[in-house]
Formats: sequence, structure tokens, C-alpha cells
Amino acid sequence: MTPLLRIAAVTGQEFRIARRNRWAVLATVLMTVFALALALFAIGQVGQTRTDTLTLTAASLATLAVYLIPLLALLISYDALAGEIDRGTLALALATPLGRAELFLGKLVAQCLVVGLAILTAFAASVLLVAATTGVTGPGLLAWLRLGLTSLALGAVFAALGLLISVGARRTGTAAALAVGVWLVFVVLYDVALLGAVIAAGDSGFTTDIFPWLVLANPADAFRLYNLVQLDGAPVAGIDGLARTLPVPPAAALVPLALWAVAALAGGLALIRRLVP
Amino acid sequence: MTMLDVRDLTVRFGGFTALDGLSLSVAPGETLALLGHNGAGKSTFFRSVLGFLKPAAGQLSIGGHLPGSAAARGLVSYLPENVVFHRALTGLEVLSFFARLRGEPVSVVMPLLEKVGVAHAARRPVGTWSKGMRQRLGLAQALIGAPGLLLLDEPTSGLDPVSRRDFYALIAEVAGRGAAVVLSSHGLEEVENRTDRVAILSAGRLVAQGPLAALAEAAALRAQIRVTARAGQADALQTRFGGTRFNGTALELSCDMKLKFDLVRRIAADEGVADIEVRLPSLNDVYRFYSDNGGRS
Repeated sequence: MTPLLRIAAVTGQEFRIARRNRWAVLATVLMTVFALALALFAIGQVGQTRTDTLTLTAASLATLAVYLIPLLALLISYDALAGEIDRGTLALALATPLGRAELFLGKLVAQCLVVGLAILTAFAASVLLVAATTGVTGPGLLAWLRLGLTSLALGAVFAALGLLISVGARRTGTAAALAVGVWLVFVVLYDVALLGAVIAAGDSGFTTDIFPWLVLANPADAFRLYNLVQLDGAPVAGIDGLARTLPVPPAAALVPLALWAVAALAGGLALIRRLVP
Repeated sequence: MTMLDVRDLTVRFGGFTALDGLSLSVAPGETLALLGHNGAGKSTFFRSVLGFLKPAAGQLSIGGHLPGSAAARGLVSYLPENVVFHRALTGLEVLSFFARLRGEPVSVVMPLLEKVGVAHAARRPVGTWSKGMRQRLGLAQALIGAPGLLLLDEPTSGLDPVSRRDFYALIAEVAGRGAAVVLSSHGLEEVENRTDRVAILSAGRLVAQGPLAALAEAAALRAQIRVTARAGQADALQTRFGGTRFNGTALELSCDMKLKFDLVRRIAADEGVADIEVRLPSLNDVYRFYSDNGGRS
């Protein structure tokens, strides 16, 4: 019981700090503005496609979320432990009965809460907007729910990665640089490099046998593919063309997300156990 | 019984030996001051007791438990040097957090803030507090619950003399309730009459340990006497009293404390003397005797 109380204490304090720093508000406002804008854009296209408005919004939101959610999650988490090491408060906290895993988990829960609240608010606002204007359908709502839940998972993966960076870097400046690097690699450079490789490889075995697995290995790409592959009639481009020829059932795309979450958590816990405050 | 028992503690960072065969113990209700220059090993000692650093050799026990174990962390309270609480949090929030971590009810927080004299600012962000107020908050944090062993790393740096006096009064109160206290400091003058024992660290080695008066006596430092001669009398004075010449017209003598008064009387009676200045060894001299020379004169 007492470990849970201590985790709750850490979560409460971390959430309070996120609120004071305006991170929580910034993340929520940013997500909501984008979600509403995409919903309005989809409402404007009514009659031009056979796809319903909510499905269309979900498709464009999946593409946006893959950039925005990892960024927000990393921004909220990269300083959580490095900052405490810098300020000397980590030594103080670890001198109390608080366990190291408890500290890590408490912070992770708080960061997932902040990202989760932003996602929840944004998604609820846009679905209400669509419902009030063009109405919603069953398949549309299902796509929406899928997107919402996997968005939470994506946020959790990158919050855990951010904390891993934070404890590994030990300094705020280093952690910030690493967080930006991780975001660039996972969200931008990885796809660019893969596309380049596909173009260079042409019709060889790489494109059909190796490329799809490499795409799925990236948690951000796995998230996007999982959502797009199930949206019939949604426009796809670039690397997402793979969505139509995925070698595995769509649900399998969730496996890399789960694996990354477990790996980030295990890595972070191993690092914080070895940390000398 | 002892609350903190340290035997032959050696801590190394790579090839550098930060603590070298240190042994000491502190009983409940006792206050020990750990003195030493920057880099003498004071903070390393605290971090070893907390279980953050793994010793290369030696044993540590906190109330019979291993450092860093759950039982030991339940007993220990720590105030690090230069702790900076999050600017955006209020004093009340900071202290409530640490009370929760220690499993104490949040109701203990306000009385503690009152006790250290910062209750009036409890609901303001710590970022707006003065340095002295933040140091008091750190001390309040260390007083949560009923700690068995208080580890305070340079707790009075940045405090004005009045705050310092209040601070030592609080420490005395906590020790009076049975806590063992180890605090580090830069000088002997500050801890005079305020701690039961002092331990002096020099380059990772414990060079002296005991009550301050005993250390001063064991150092057997000599009194310094400066004699200024009348014009043309300096040479004659040196022949009579010995000592070394200083500035042509003055003599510097040193003598055993017990013989000092006799010598002063003889000098004062001499016609060739214009002035006498007597300097007795200060606590600072005692500290430097141990710290700089390792107790060898």
C-alpha cells in the first residue's frame, strides 16, 4: 500500500509542476486547435468523397498526431529527472523511503496523464464539432476510438523514452538535445531514409521483404499504419502506401508499440537503479 | 548503542581515494561536527552513509541496518549542500511532498514551517523566497517525522548570524529528543559550544576526533609574543630573550601556554621594551593545525 501512496505523491507533484510550467495547458491547446482545424477541413469536404467526415478527420489527425504527440511527450518528460539531478532534489528524494522504480513510475504516470488529457480534450472537442454539423456513423466512431486509444499508447511510449533520456543524460541541456534528436530520428529522418532506400533498391527483395518490417519497427510508423490501414477510402501518400500491402494483420502493428513501451520502461528502470545521485 | 557506526570506510572514484580508512560512531542524542576544507571528503562521507556510493572497503551501519536499505532510509534525514527546490512549487507543496514520501500525515507540515520561521510564506512559490528562507525550508524537510539520524551537509552556509543561532537551537532540540546529528562545516569557531564532538577530515583521512576542548589541548599550540624594542635596543633584547628578529625593531617569540605569563612579566620589566603584543592560539589555529598538518607541528 505504501509504495502506491509514494508513487501517487510523485505523480501529484509532477502533475502540479506540469500545470505550473504551462506545459499541460500548452499541450492541450495545441492539440485541440489542430484537431478542430482538421475536423473543420473534413466538414468542408462533405459531398466530395464517399468517406464520412469523422473517418476523414481521423485519417488526417493520425498523420498529424504522429508528429505532435511524440514531440509533446518528449518535451514534457525530458527534464523530469535531469532537472532534479541538476538541482540536487533527486538526492533528497532518494534519501527518503521512496524507491527508485517508484520515482520513475510516478513521473511516467504524471506525464502520461498530461499527454492523455491533451489528447482526450482535443479528440472530444473535434468529435463534438463533427457530430453537431454532419453527424457521425458507427464505423467513423470506431476509427475515432482506435485513433484515440493508440494515441494514448504513442504518448506513453514517447513519455517513457523522454524519461529514459532524462535519467541517461543526467543534465538538462544534454537531455534537451537528445530529446530533439530522438524526435527527429523517429518521426522525420527514419521515414526519409527508408524512402531513399526503397528508391535505391528498386524492385529488389528489399522493398517487398525487408522494408515493411523496418517501417513497423518504428513506433511512430506502426501507429500511423495501424490507423490508416483500417480507414477505407482515406487518402494515403508516401510511406503510408504500405498501408495497402501490409504483410501482417493490422492489429500486429500494435506489437511494436507495446515492445517499445516495455523496452523504454525497462531501460529507464535499469538506468535509474544504477544512478548515483 | 550507536546510531551511526562507520569502520575503516574507504571510497574511491577511479584512482582517486576520496575517503581513506575512516572510522567514527555517533550515539543517539549526540551531535558531531565534521570539519574539513572543500574536497576533504565531507560530502562523500554523507553520500556513503546514504548508500549512494559503494565503499571500496569498510562497513557502515545505520541503527544496525545497511546504508540505502529501506530500514536505514526510514531512519535517516538528509539536507544536501546547495539544494534548490522547484521554483514553481510553494513551500507548503514541497514539504507536503516529502511528508508523503516519509509516510507522515500532511498535518505535520504547517507546524514545521512555523518552527523554522517561514510559515508566512508557505503559500508563495519557492522561487520568490530568499536564500535563507530556502535553507530553512530544507532544514524543515530534514525534520519531518522523528529522524533517528540527521545528516546535514553545510547546513548554515548562507545563513545570517541570527538564523544560525536559531538553527543550532533547533538542532539541539532534535538531538534532545534522541536523534543522532552529523553536520559539516568549514570552521571550528562556528561549532564551538554547539556540538558534542568534532571530527576533522583532511584529504579523505580522519586526522582528529573528540571534544573541542580536548583537541585544543592536545594540539598544545604555543602563544606568540611580539616585542617592539626601543631605538637601538633590538639586538640586546634578542640576546636576552632569544626569538627571531622582525622588521629590525621587533622580536617574535613563541612559548608554551603555561609559561607565557612568566615570560610576559620578564619582558615587561625590561627597560629596552617599547611594547608587547600577545596572541593566543585561536580555534582557527587549532583547526589548521589538524587540517593542514594532519596533527603534526
